Amino acid sequence: MTADILFQVLVSGLLIGLIYALVAVGLTLIFGVMDIVNFAHGEFLMLGMYASFWAFALFAVDPIVALPFTALLLFAVGVIVYQTVIRRILKAPMLSQIFATFGLMILLRGLAQFFWKPDHRLIPHSLVSGNLTLGSVQFGLPQFVAALGAVGVTGGLWYFLHRTRLGTALEATAIDREAATLMGIDGQKMFALAWGIGAACAGIAGGLIATFFPIFPEVGANFILIAFVVVVLGGFGSVTGAFLAGIIVGLIEVLGGFLVGPEYKTAIVLSLLLVVLLVRPRGLMGKA
Amino acid sequence: MRFPVATTRNWFAKNRFDDTAAPGRRSAITRMLAATALLATTALSGLTFATGTARAEDEIRIGVIYPLTGAAASTGVELKAAAELAAAIVNKEIPAPAGLVAGVGMPHMKGAKIKLVFGDHQGNPQVGATEAERLITSEKVTALTGAYFSNVTATASQVAERYGVPFLNGESSSATLTQRKFKWFFRTTPHDDLFVTNFFTFLNDMEKKTGEQLRSVGLFNENTLWGNETTKLQTKLSEEQKFTIAEKILYPAKTTQMTSEVQRLKAANPAVIMQSSYLGDAILSMKTYKELGFLPKMLLANDAGFNDSEFLKTMGKDGEYIISREVWALDQAERNPLIKQVNDLMRERSGVNFNGNSARAFTGIAVLADAIDRAGSTKPEDIRKALQETNIPASGLIMPWKGVKFDEHGQNELGQGIIVQVQGGQYVTVWPFDVATKPVVYPMPAWDKR
Repeated sequence: MTADILFQVLVSGLLIGLIYALVAVGLTLIFGVMDIVNFAHGEFLMLGMYASFWAFALFAVDPIVALPFTALLLFAVGVIVYQTVIRRILKAPMLSQIFATFGLMILLRGLAQFFWKPDHRLIPHSLVSGNLTLGSVQFGLPQFVAALGAVGVTGGLWYFLHRTRLGTALEATAIDREAATLMGIDGQKMFALAWGIGAACAGIAGGLIATFFPIFPEVGANFILIAFVVVVLGGFGSVTGAFLAGIIVGLIEVLGGFLVGPEYKTAIVLSLLLVVLLVRPRGLMGKA
Repeated sequence: MRFPVATTRNWFAKNRFDDTAAPGRRSAITRMLAATALLATTALSGLTFATGTARAEDEIRIGVIYPLTGAAASTGVELKAAAELAAAIVNKEIPAPAGLVAGVGMPHMKGAKIKLVFGDHQGNPQVGATEAERLITSEKVTALTGAYFSNVTATASQVAERYGVPFLNGESSSATLTQRKFKWFFRTTPHDDLFVTNFFTFLNDMEKKTGEQLRSVGLFNENTLWGNETTKLQTKLSEEQKFTIAEKILYPAKTTQMTSEVQRLKAANPAVIMQSSYLGDAILSMKTYKELGFLPKMLLANDAGFNDSEFLKTMGKDGEYIISREVWALDQAERNPLIKQVNDLMRERSGVNFNGNSARAFTGIAVLADAIDRAGSTKPEDIRKALQETNIPASGLIMPWKGVKFDEHGQNELGQGIIVQVQGGQYVTVWPFDVATKPVVYPMPAWDKR
């Protein structure tokens, strides 16, 4: 009985952890390439969720089917945000950069509330719904599919960054912008690409989460705090680090919440953040 | 608009000492100023409906403070409509159903009419206090009622207490309001503590009815003030009434997952879950119950998220069979012809059915009118005495109460909440058994057997 419960808790933690990882990779990618912390990342997630919701409500397209469109749409949002806001603050002091993305967060949240009302929405019948039972372990199919999607997207991103020409150019820009420019890589284009991919990751995460989580304008806030912890633990800028850290944070949150008490689960996760900052500030796989 | 600097300066030079210049623009500015001033006055002092009208000798003025603008405006407008319906019935403008309290006019007041003077508190306790002061000092109301928000009722009734004007509150449920030992404050609605107590009475009743033990409870409350206060009270009542708390969880309302919470509940496996949640976490917890295959015999929800109109819309059949507390339910109209008749009047006049808030606002005015009539005078002290002597039977009310009778702190001791269950997409009354319209579905049917 106890072993069963423990196993069940571990599976739940793993599933939610993979979703945290997916939210965090976009964040860490943008930071890795241009050293800007995107406070509006949770709002990209929210936009992804609403895109799925409206695709479902207006055109009866399932969130899973709509995923490529959600990703493309959010890619466009990311590029537009880069071209209109971020490009102008690249050389600005860090405080201005923080306030710019913070302001963007409030703007997007406010717009969502204005246009789509503060109501909680839900996609009632997704292609993926219901439960899976494996022996004594039970979990939701939507969570399982979302976790699979997270593995797929993170894997794809890793492949892109390390095995393709364009991805390598992005990595090169991240390592040394000056040198990359001298080698003929267009820095501006790379930055825009990073924002596009980062936002698209958040969009895909939103589409996957929308199959089981209520959708409302402030939903990004629930996830973004944990995503920051994941990014710090994984090491700023490291996609592989964010992936591993996401799993670790998910496991610690669910297991800690179960063993110590759910009222402490956020405290446990945030203490982890403090410990990482004290003991290993560069995170698991961050650049020294 | 961008003026060349020189032009702008010329315009100022020309106009500074010349009052007759540009009369069109000047009068437009004056008009705009006047309009702004007017807007500001309305915003500050609320909508004043009765200023300037002649005060007839036989007019009894009652101040009514509600949130008529701002975030809760839609509720405020409903409350206002209910109060006006009550006034119209008292004034015999529309024929009242037989037996309704205050439906007989004001025989002891020689047929005087009551006049409602509205104030708008905009959801703000300070504005509420200012409005109370305005209604008392410049509108010369004989009594006050309102204000829906507990925190506004608190400040507005303080003003009434200072001036020695009776304040009857119909729809604020914070328990502390009647713990202040005010002399001039009366409340018809039951308060939050009573609702929690009701759950335990309900469980006792259910044990008798089903012959099953429902003594092990799991407390599952969100961790802000509301959830914490509820947990404290539930813990105290569990001890007093010999219930065992199998698990006690206070969870953060803003969360991404509730698997650890539900896993703990599942491990403790109580017969009954008592849950206080806002909408988002209510939905997420229900989804997690289903995901992890957890189902208590009974889920007792503490209103809020579970009674939100969005809850059933989003949950569909997964929201079925949860049990929650309420102050009123439309199915009461099926049970009681009086409620049906008054509800029909409400629908005719304002196009909406009563709900828990408007039904209580209606009752507040009716009870106040009844007291003023019995007082036979508009002197505050006489009205206070009459309120203290109020004794209205259940048959005269549109509420599922045992009646109206105030204790020494002004709390109606005959008020009671009802318990509703979602059955077939509706909230139906299942307790107290004497006002129930449907039997309780117990235990909750399994997730896959619905």
